[in-house]
Parts: sequence; structure tokens; C-alpha cells
Amino acid sequence: MWNFHKLLEKHTMILIVGILIVVSLGGLVQITPLFFIESTIERVEGVRPYTPLELAGRQIYIREGCYTCHSQMIRPLRDEVERYGHYSLAAESMYDHPFQWGSKRTGPDLARVGGRYSDEWQRDHLINPRSVVPESVMPPYAFLQRADVDAGRAAAHLRANRVVGVPYTDDMVANAAGDMRTQGDPTAADYDAFTARYPNAVVRDFDGDPSRLTEMDALIAYLQHLGTGVDFSTYEAEAPGNLR
Amino acid sequence: MAAPEDREIDAHSGRETTGHEWDGIKELDTPLPRWWLYIFYASIVVAIIYWVLMPAWPMVNGYTHGLLNFSDRRNVAADVRALETARAPQYERLRAASNEEVVADPQLREFAFAAGEAAFGDNCRTCHGAGGAGAPGFPSLADDVWIWGGTLADIEHTITVGVRSPHPEARQSMMPAFGRDQLLTRAQISDVTEHVLSLGPARARENPNATAAARGAAIYGEQCAACHGATGAGDRTLGAPSLVDDIWLYGGSRAEVRRQIELGRGGVMPNWDRRFDPAMIRALAVYVYALGGGEAAPPAAAPAGEGEGEGAPPQAPLR
Repeated sequence: MWNFHKLLEKHTMILIVGILIVVSLGGLVQITPLFFIESTIERVEGVRPYTPLELAGRQIYIREGCYTCHSQMIRPLRDEVERYGHYSLAAESMYDHPFQWGSKRTGPDLARVGGRYSDEWQRDHLINPRSVVPESVMPPYAFLQRADVDAGRAAAHLRANRVVGVPYTDDMVANAAGDMRTQGDPTAADYDAFTARYPNAVVRDFDGDPSRLTEMDALIAYLQHLGTGVDFSTYEAEAPGNLR
Repeated sequence: MAAPEDREIDAHSGRETTGHEWDGIKELDTPLPRWWLYIFYASIVVAIIYWVLMPAWPMVNGYTHGLLNFSDRRNVAADVRALETARAPQYERLRAASNEEVVADPQLREFAFAAGEAAFGDNCRTCHGAGGAGAPGFPSLADDVWIWGGTLADIEHTITVGVRSPHPEARQSMMPAFGRDQLLTRAQISDVTEHVLSLGPARARENPNATAAARGAAIYGEQCAACHGATGAGDRTLGAPSLVDDIWLYGGSRAEVRRQIELGRGGVMPNWDRRFDPAMIRALAVYVYALGGGEAAPPAAAPAGEGEGEGAPPQAPLR
């Protein structure tokens, strides 16, 4: 056996062939399971692609680096479940490109922050975190209130997400800019069409300024949606078919 | 390909050489340290054992579960169940007891207070502040001023259904935005502001203009009295805060009062029945009740008081 190794060491072509075989095996071991990764993601009801406004909020979340201090991953540990709610399911971030699980918690986990606080609280907190949480070390994001969201980009965002596998329909892409404005305006005319395209989407004036659609609207719309898709009163994550 | 016996032994170290030689420099064929080699082999064995025992490989349908059938989800479910079992006796008592019984039973009250305090810190403190101190727009829970009522039952109901929340029975009140929606002119709003400031102790602080306040009183009678009452005492059944106690949700300066008349802001409190079971909501209610201003239920079986200061808290020896 050791003599065979000397053969490899002394003949370049044999060595190259040997390297190719070893690298291919290593690659197969790493890559093949990815083709079956679908089988490890549970099927759940209620998770839908982000609305254009939520998607814009998500872009702001990423742009401002929220993920450097906030995770979006409630681990299956008792203390986390007690504090934040049901542990996160893989399927809940199936439309996240890239996902925002994060690994750093300077601030609290945000995976289920949706509906936990009022829009008004979110607004006050983003404008000046210390006004509602005196010991907070979060920087203020008051400028979001002054920056308009660019609805013209909505369709392009949806198309880009469709390329990586988010099932946005042609209808959704065609109405993206309008849908973005509709979600921030409860009096909009195509309310019904919008909620038909995005079930359970909340239509509200999120930032308290009905005259404009700001980045504050987008970010709060995104935050209020986080972790609200799956109805855990009916979904049994511990059922044998759902265990992962 | 020299056989081992042909290989040269290095005279200095006593090791074999590989037989390679470059300009007189020879390479020793020192074997890997035994301890290193054994750990390497052992780690391979451990990896294989791990594959067999633990969930490891994704398959076409599902994945390899492993002989131990380990699952984080099952474990956390068991942990949470164990916690629930440990808490169950107290929770069952809490669920079954009437509000009066909870207040009367020191042991139960202490348990509810402790459980409520933990849940309050994680969920309510963010808006209502540490110890329920409140913030502009988020009512203080530590005083004895209540918008929707301060008995244990009232507090429990508010936590359950929320305020202006999606819950079908949510506590609803809506103050018109008299300025933004142009229901009143700027001058009229100024007059009403003066009148509102003249209703209670704020009078001494803000020195309202008596003439304007008199004009404002007429407008107040038409627009505000239906909810806030003719004297400004407020109405809890409507969720209309008192205007005479000098406790202001959005601030009590002239500018802040005026702004509230212009905008008619109203906060949203989530309905917590989505996140908590009834026993936990009751524990939270007991905690909030004990923060400072809990009120006795109307038939007054509980040792609670309406007043302020030392005598009021019904939970005196809580800790």
C-alpha cells in the first residue's frame, strides 16, 4: 500500500487522476444532499411571498444592517420559545433571499415581532429608541420618515426574486407599484384585488402620515409581517410528519 | 521503489530516509506521531457512529433519523411540557379561581405576580415601560388612572382583546382628528384647548384664557362632551380618558393638548390571547393590578382601594 503511494508520488498523470477522483468524491458528498434539501423543509400553510411594500422594507432592513444586531431565528430551546414564541420553521424563511437568520443578538430576536407592538410604537421606537426603551443602544432611524419609497422599483424587485425561485405571478409583477401604494393606504380602490393577491396582508397607513409612502411605512410593514404567516394554533410542528 | 529494507538509515536520527536526494539533502521518513494518528482514526470512527445514531443525511424522502431518533423539536416540546407540568397546579388554580379569590389568596397572588412580572418584562415593558411607568402615547399602568377600567376583570379583558386590535371584541374608541380632517377651524381648536386646560388642575399651570375658554366651552359641549362628559370626567365604557385629572396620554402642555385635538391619536394594543393562555393573561392582570392602582371590583369583595398613596395597593405584603 505504501509502495502504491510512491507510484502516485512519482507519476504526474496518475497523481492528477487520483486528485480528480478524490475531489469529485468530496464534491459529491457536499453537493448531492443539496438536491434533496427540499425533503428536509416542512410544508406549511400561510407562508406567502412578501408584498412589494414588505419587500421594500426588507431591503431597508438589509441596507441599514439590522441583521448585525437582530437575529430572525428562534431556536428550539425552551427559554427562547418562552420569550419569543414558537421556534422558527425553515419554511417561514422560504421566500427570503437572502435569509436574515443572523447570529448576533445585541437587540432581541425579531422572527415573531409582527403584531407584537403597535405601528405607533414601532414608529416612535425607530425615530428615537430611547423614547420608549430607555436602556436601548439602538441608533435612531428617524430619517426613514423623511425618505419616500420608490414604487417604480417594485416590479424589478419582484422580478429579481422570481429569478431565484419566489413564485411571484405575472399579475403580481404587473401590479407591483400599485400594490405597494395600496398597502399603505386603507382607502385605496384596489384593496380587494391586493388582498386577493397577498392573503393576510395588512393594509394600513403604517407611519401615521397618509400623504406619503415613506421608507418608514415599508420597514414597519415588513416588521409587522414577520413571523405571522403560520397559524400555530393549527400547525403541529411536533407531528411525526412535520418533524425535522 | 525500494523495498523498506533497502532504504538508507540516517545515522544521526536513526530514522529511515525516503530515498529522495537533492544535492546531498535527504528527506527523513518520520512517521506521524502515534497519538495524532489514533485520534485521527478515532474521529473517523466517531463520525460513522454519529451517522448511525443521529439524524445525518438528507434522502429523497425525508432524511436518516438515526438509531437514537434524536429531534430538537421533540426535545423542546418535552421541555416546554415539563415546564407546563411543573406550573400546572398553580396555573390550574389561577384559571379556576375567581378574581376575588386570587386577590385574597396570598400564595396564589404571589405566584401570579411573579409569573406576570416575567411575562410583562418580555412583552409589555417595551411599550408601557419598566414597572408600567408609561411613555407618551403609552398609558402608565403604575398610577390609578385607567382609560378602560382598573379592576382585575377590566385589566384581564383589556389584555385579552387589546385596544383597537384585530380582535373582534377589541376595545374600540376613536377620537376624531378635529384639525387634520378640518372638523373645527384653527381658532375653534384654540378655544377648545383653552377650555380643556381650564377643566382641571392644568388650569394653574397653563393659565388658560378665560374668554377663549368660554367660547371653547360651547364647542366642547357639541363636539367632546358626548364621550369625555360635560365636566370632562371621561367615560370608561367608551374609553374616553378623563380630562380633569391632569394625567395626559399625549402630554399636558398647551401645545400637546392642542395637537391631540388636531390629530385625535389613538394607540393600538395587541390582543394577547394569541400569545398567552388565559392563566398567563390572568397572571399579567394580577401583576398590572398590583403595580399601583388596581381598583376593587364594584361589589368590593377585594381589599382594594381607589385612593392614592400608601393605603391603596391591595397587595401590600407581596414580596
